Amino acid sequence: MKRIISILLENESGALSRVVGLFAQRGYNIDTLTVAPTDDDTLSRLTLTTQSDDQMAEQIVKQLHKLIDTIKVVDLTVGSHIERELMLVKIKASDAEVRAELKSCVEIFRGHVVDVTASTYTVQLTGDSDKLDAFIDAVREIGIMEVVRTGVSGIARGDKFLRV
Amino acid sequence: MEHLSGGEIVICALKDAGVKHVWGYPGGAALHIYDALYRQEDVEHLLVRHEQAAVHAADGFSRATGEVGTALVTSGPGATNAITGIATAYMDSIPLVVISGQVPKIKIGQDAFQETDMVGVSRPIVKHSFLVTQAEDIAETIAKAYYIASTGRPGPVVVDIPKDVTDPNYKVPYEWPANIKMRSYQPTNKGHRGQLKRAVKTLLSAKKPVIYSGGGVILDNASDQLIELAQRLNYPVTNTLMGLGAYPATDRQFIGMLGMHGTYEANTAMHESDVIFAVGARFDDRVTNDLDKFCPHATIIHIDVDPTSISKNINAHIPVVGTCTSVLNEMLSIADDMATEPDAEAIKDWWARIDQWRADKGIYTANRYEPSVGDIIKPQDAIKALYKATDGNAYVTSDVGQHQMFAAQYYLFDKPRRWINSGGLGTMGFGLPAAMGVQLAFPDAQVACVTGEGSIQMCIQELSTCSQYNLPVKIINLNNSALGMVRQWQDMNYSSRYSQSLYEDSLPDFVALAEAYGHVGMKVTRYEDLEEKMRECFALKDRTVFMDICVDKSEHVYPMQIPGGAMGDLFLNKSEKT
Repeated sequence: MKRIISILLENESGALSRVVGLFAQRGYNIDTLTVAPTDDDTLSRLTLTTQSDDQMAEQIVKQLHKLIDTIKVVDLTVGSHIERELMLVKIKASDAEVRAELKSCVEIFRGHVVDVTASTYTVQLTGDSDKLDAFIDAVREIGIMEVVRTGVSGIARGDKFLRV
Repeated sequence: MEHLSGGEIVICALKDAGVKHVWGYPGGAALHIYDALYRQEDVEHLLVRHEQAAVHAADGFSRATGEVGTALVTSGPGATNAITGIATAYMDSIPLVVISGQVPKIKIGQDAFQETDMVGVSRPIVKHSFLVTQAEDIAETIAKAYYIASTGRPGPVVVDIPKDVTDPNYKVPYEWPANIKMRSYQPTNKGHRGQLKRAVKTLLSAKKPVIYSGGGVILDNASDQLIELAQRLNYPVTNTLMGLGAYPATDRQFIGMLGMHGTYEANTAMHESDVIFAVGARFDDRVTNDLDKFCPHATIIHIDVDPTSISKNINAHIPVVGTCTSVLNEMLSIADDMATEPDAEAIKDWWARIDQWRADKGIYTANRYEPSVGDIIKPQDAIKALYKATDGNAYVTSDVGQHQMFAAQYYLFDKPRRWINSGGLGTMGFGLPAAMGVQLAFPDAQVACVTGEGSIQMCIQELSTCSQYNLPVKIINLNNSALGMVRQWQDMNYSSRYSQSLYEDSLPDFVALAEAYGHVGMKVTRYEDLEEKMRECFALKDRTVFMDICVDKSEHVYPMQIPGGAMGDLFLNKSEKT
């Protein structure tokens, strides 16, 4: 099943390569990966998604924790959590009919058209990965020119938080 | 506060970390450090003939003493030559600090002369690594390196230092950090009390228990605790290849090594057991054989300092994360409090079965190989002669192959840290440099490197280092004129098609070769000379001796697990299976 793993990492050069290298070295796959400094700029927050069964997920978390640069690791999928991803899609939109259809579709998905030319619309969408997939399916016929996704970010619901 | 250059700080920090010996090889990017080394007397440097040997020697030193070993190499080829040594240490969890020179910061990424991304190249085979970017950071980084290498599950740490950072003209205040604290690294030492109680309870209620102990017990110096617990319970003990010596091999309760070339009694006892108490062992594939058929009746208690080792290959029913020493101490005290004793009747029955296995098919109750005669010397007998000549007290290093397994089977180690071999990575070439490290640590001890004519040639240049530093190691070369273990597999699986495992006509005259390096060379071709020559060899206390023993070319290592079988499924000799 899909796992969302969140890591609090020392914001040091080479730290990210240790995480990525671990996945390559041990034969785990990475579906998405996002990383950025937190409010404390000595720390990076990294979220990655991977497909794995329970046993492998446990190994992944333990192996990640073993890396010297990691401070905390949590498998968000174990509890209730919020998952978000941002996507930008450039779509062919030359004639009025298509533009109208696209606009209503964007509205249904609560997205925004963030750039317009005579022949294109660029749409911004946030949500969980399934929603973004569904939007892509909905507009595929119209003509997608380019898709850019950030990968999943996640946070636990409720009082739980990941902090030093 | 003292003001020192980066190069001087490296050496001062080593001294303050308690380092007395560094194995290494100089080169451009490390020359500022080497110059600082020249101008002091606290840290002794030993010059090897190849960087791989520097790391192996530091590794052997560490395995024999328990201290962190240290190696120093230059950038580029110096660093890449060290890689095999680092990987060897990583697989066996040996604490090392390897300092590598790097091209100046401004040249990093420019494909400069002798540039290699050492942090990148070594990443999968280190516990951790550092690239030091300013002289001010050297002391703290080195302190962290020793701390990380030696705590938790030990391992090698690389410290890569660009040349400009060691510039002799740039001086900064030097202070050795008194304490190292890292928010991202806090290894667990003490086991969870509730789990430990469950573990003790399960252990005490066992009817067919086996204690399966590994290298972790040796690394954590927990041998005394292991012996106390085992003897108090009267349970059988088996050791992994890495764990030999943790429990005395000559004791009645020791049932031999387990795994691919383990004893019939150890492997069968494991398979039949109802409780396996695994301490500092990792259920390696060379132990378990087919995972699906592994010990079907056993409840598994697994003690390890590294959480990733637990339930990686075999699911543990009672996992405990902690150091072997603290966990075993704690378990002993819990057992005291519980005041329950093992089921003596059941244990007696269990021992009766084990003793029967021993008597029927054990390698210690009878010779399970053809006897040596005339010019046919069995390799097993060569190891037995070595054992006899050294009273079982030598430090024995080995290379990799048949000779390694014969040494593991027939040299009975009664003390920890006496058996030094590359178990995880299986590195040919390890034995001689490792022996140098051991001999340096214990100048008066008997140090034997059991090797083969294949392995020894992978680091034979170190005979020169032995001359330079008067390291009187004894090289016991089991010469069967072939890559013996490869040939054994070719016999067993490839209808004896010896693809690239033979080189008889091109082997050197090892006696002459040893003499060319200023050492003593001896050749043994007849069985009746073996014991005497072996005594003669060890009587030469101050000399490096190369003993070339021509052993039976057709001998195989047995027992051997049958691939795809359970632990106890073994070939017992060329024609017999369990």
